[in-house]
Amino acid sequence: MRIQIHHEIVQTFDPAAKGLIESLRLTPRSHEGQHVIEWRIDVEADCRLRRSEDAFGNQTDMFSLQGPVDTLRIVAEGVIETFDCAGVVRNSIERFPPELFLRDTQSTAPNAALRALGASAKGEGRIERLHALLVAVHERFEGVDAQSSGATSAAQALADGKGGARDLAHVFVAASRTMGVPARFVSGHYFDDGEATAQCHAWAEAYVEKIGWIGFDPVHCICPHESHVRIACGLDWLDAAPVRAASPGTIGETTSIRVRQPGQHQSASARTQSQQ
Amino acid sequence: MLARTADNLFWLARYVERAEFTARIIDITARLAALPKAYGGGAEWESALSAVGSLDRFKETYENADEASVIEFLIFDPANPSSIRSCIESARTNARGVRTALTADMWQSINSAWLELRALEQMRAPFERMSRERTDPFLDVVKSMSRDFDGAAHRNMLRNDAYWFSRLGLYMERADNTARILDVKYHVLLPETEAVGGSLDYFQWTSILRAVSAFTAYHWVYRQGVKPWLIADLLILKKEMPRSLVSCYDNLARNLDAIGNAYGVQGPAQRHARAMLLRLESGSVEGVLESGLHEFLTEFIADNARLGAIVAEQYLVN
Amino acid sequence: MVEQTFWDEMTGGGADVRTVYGRVDEWLRNTPPDVLAARRTQAELLFRRIGITFAVYGEKDAAERLIPFDIIPRVIGQGEWGRMEAGLIQRVKAINAFLCDIYGPREILRAGIIPSDLVFGNPAFRPEMAGKRAPHDVWVHIAGIDMVRTGEDEFYVLEDNARTPSGVSYMLENREVMMRLLPDLFSNHRIAPVENYTDLLLNCLRSVAPPRSGGEPVVALLTPGLYNSAYYEHSFLADRLGVELVEGHDLSVRDGIVYMRTTQGPRRVDVLYRRIDDDFIDPLAFRPDSVLGVPGLLDAYAAGNITLANAIGAGVADDKAIYTYMPEIVKFYLGEEAILKNVPTWRCREADALKYVREHIGELVIKEVNGSGGYGMLVGPHATRAEIAEFEKKLVAQPDNYIAQPTLSLSTCPAFVEEGVAPRHVDLRPFVLTGAEGSRVVPGGLTRVAMRKGSLVVNSSQGGGTKDTWVIEDA
Repeated sequence: MRIQIHHEIVQTFDPAAKGLIESLRLTPRSHEGQHVIEWRIDVEADCRLRRSEDAFGNQTDMFSLQGPVDTLRIVAEGVIETFDCAGVVRNSIERFPPELFLRDTQSTAPNAALRALGASAKGEGRIERLHALLVAVHERFEGVDAQSSGATSAAQALADGKGGARDLAHVFVAASRTMGVPARFVSGHYFDDGEATAQCHAWAEAYVEKIGWIGFDPVHCICPHESHVRIACGLDWLDAAPVRAASPGTIGETTSIRVRQPGQHQSASARTQSQQ
Repeated sequence: MLARTADNLFWLARYVERAEFTARIIDITARLAALPKAYGGGAEWESALSAVGSLDRFKETYENADEASVIEFLIFDPANPSSIRSCIESARTNARGVRTALTADMWQSINSAWLELRALEQMRAPFERMSRERTDPFLDVVKSMSRDFDGAAHRNMLRNDAYWFSRLGLYMERADNTARILDVKYHVLLPETEAVGGSLDYFQWTSILRAVSAFTAYHWVYRQGVKPWLIADLLILKKEMPRSLVSCYDNLARNLDAIGNAYGVQGPAQRHARAMLLRLESGSVEGVLESGLHEFLTEFIADNARLGAIVAEQYLVN
Repeated sequence: MVEQTFWDEMTGGGADVRTVYGRVDEWLRNTPPDVLAARRTQAELLFRRIGITFAVYGEKDAAERLIPFDIIPRVIGQGEWGRMEAGLIQRVKAINAFLCDIYGPREILRAGIIPSDLVFGNPAFRPEMAGKRAPHDVWVHIAGIDMVRTGEDEFYVLEDNARTPSGVSYMLENREVMMRLLPDLFSNHRIAPVENYTDLLLNCLRSVAPPRSGGEPVVALLTPGLYNSAYYEHSFLADRLGVELVEGHDLSVRDGIVYMRTTQGPRRVDVLYRRIDDDFIDPLAFRPDSVLGVPGLLDAYAAGNITLANAIGAGVADDKAIYTYMPEIVKFYLGEEAILKNVPTWRCREADALKYVREHIGELVIKEVNGSGGYGMLVGPHATRAEIAEFEKKLVAQPDNYIAQPTLSLSTCPAFVEEGVAPRHVDLRPFVLTGAEGSRVVPGGLTRVAMRKGSLVVNSSQGGGTKDTWVIEDA
């Protein structure tokens, strides 16, 4: 499926930022499930984007600028072709052996509830167990508004019983690691029948020997297919966050994503607002 | 040098000077308040609060401006950012941040005042009102802290930007203080009140002179009885008077020039200070009184604050 | 209970005084206790005078800083020191090679020398550093290696400190005070100097500056600030090095270059001697809630525009689990036997070791691999039956999490304490500096001494003191 994406982030600073430095992970890379046809990032300010690759192979853009800045618009847009690979991520850029992804981080630290969740996922082999976990996480958060997210960690989200895509992915990743299965966090976009998620989407990937990394999207209870655009991955949300910024004041952020299938004349757009 | 270091040195000097000024104001107010009613106006403690620019803040938490509450507020109240306690604490925090830029005795002068303060506070029972017998010696400690700090800086500090920035803080604060005390008492310095000329005014006038340690100096300079316009002349326009506005600006311009020369760049701070100095040097007391003493002082205080902002912009927060 | 015997550095356990201690012994015999006491008081005064600066960091008064100082020097002969020095340099060389490798090709993992989960699962391993090279391949510029001695020729490394080791300011000030306190005793010996430490450190830091900084690299010391317990040392070192003492907010990164804010505008920084932990050093790369760090620092590092000493992620080399492999690490990278011994350690993750540990649990010290500060630790000889049983349960449940070591018989040195001159246990932390031109160790290091009789705990938080350490020309 050919998808055209226009991802726009508007940040507002109060008080106006004297100086600003941010790192962006907004550029998808190609693998068997997706082919990036064209992509560009535009920060509407007088600054230089410095592109590099982070430890996990994600395309990272860093910029810094001198203030005062009260509003900043960042646009990532391009065209991408996606293919259904039944969730299997082949020929992606891998910088670490899978076992690295058994590490805990602050947001994926296990507790008794996460261990119990992992232990409850039964099945013949690793794949079956992961599918059982996918269903378990999905059901645990059934009917929850996928946009709401205030939890700081997988453990907290599980205890609260609510959360957005980010939290569900954290819960899946943390529980999977308690099962001894390497798992990682993925950020990206989700697009289905002309409906775009307004926030950046998130899901998980787990490692299965002989097959490799397989995606699991607990929000939709599916393995990612042509509707998923994979942008970045890492141990948790922080490693794959679309934007990381450091500013002493408050940053308001509006994200809007327009997704369109060229030729179909369908379009969708949505907006959300968040305070960091 | 690091902008933060310069900023710390600047504020360190300001806080030390401010603590001393507050101690002096408490001293002279106590003196005035002790006069029989027939000599005094009765609102001395309130006017002390005006002199240090804290009347509004005081009224947020306290009701009556009597001796005990004003002393509490001006010496001990941690919620008052200009209380002597807050000044010494801020001075000490700034000093710790620039440890290596200070000489040991500069640090010691502040630290021992801090220890005295802590000892005084520890002796005190909860909600106990502190007697003057205990606060007066402490005010002397504060004054000697300032003297020691200043003296050690003058004697031992290397004449480089660290010294100059510290001096900028000192003179900017001092100019502000002198202007404020004149402003609070300006009504007794106005020509019309001369006719009224009671002993009340005499004590008010001399209290201004005492507050800035200029009682003796006045007689040396003018060799005549205390006249209000001469007090204004002394404290605004006489360069030989170390706390006068013109003397403060002479020093500010000098120290800013030293920084400008060392860095090879002059900027808005140097220009602003020189312009203010020129205005003071070419002024006369008649001119000041004619245009209105209060108006003159209000403008001066604002211009002085503007210099602070310009210095910060040019050097301290880049 | 059997009285354990300890090797004494002055007597060597025999009737005769060891040669290196000859003059100190003579001095002790000829100096009556009241003179020693007077010297000690004098030393205290000297520290207090220096202590004006210490008080800057102590909240209450100068007294609280005063970690007990013992006026009797610890003496080490040049010959003994030479062997130790060679061992230290070898060890640090191996540590640097190890870090280059695990953040690079990971050959040691592929060779199966170290189980890979010990690296990849290690909290001190920083995935963000993988694939990055440290300038001149130096990751650990300043290492503090904690050593103990148990006999004439028996030196053990207790712990490697490859992150931000502290204590060097005590080493320097102890020497300063001793020179003023005991000039005669001092001039009776030929004592290798330590006061050039800061010069060596500065040279070392400048030698690893990014190539484009030219001949005059700008060095700064990055501190977490006033409220850090080692702030005094940070300002002391910045002062002696003649470099700016900066906090995170004094620095900013623009287009991959680090600047400090000065009264004359932004000034480029080339080398940062950082005393902030990895976690807090860059909120854009590590903990996002850190206000102590510098956003964008990792990016500047990756761009080759700044050198960090020590490099981010160096801590993985001083981890307790990795420590047990140090002899293998030395062999793997240098093809040599390790000169300095490790304390024999049983890794409970290995079945044979676990079996041994359970059989000898009453004699051993069992430590959590990632624990610190004595938490999750069992000291067998001092534990009750119930405590042992309780601990064994945890051990069996998660053997991976534990290592075990014998209780060591730390050497003693004469110290001047309440009851006069008596032997007390000591350890030693030498500081190894590594720059582009190799490693240097100033002779000696910081000796910590347990001032309480029989105590093996030298930590200052538990009544430990320090003493000056003399490396002298052999007679």
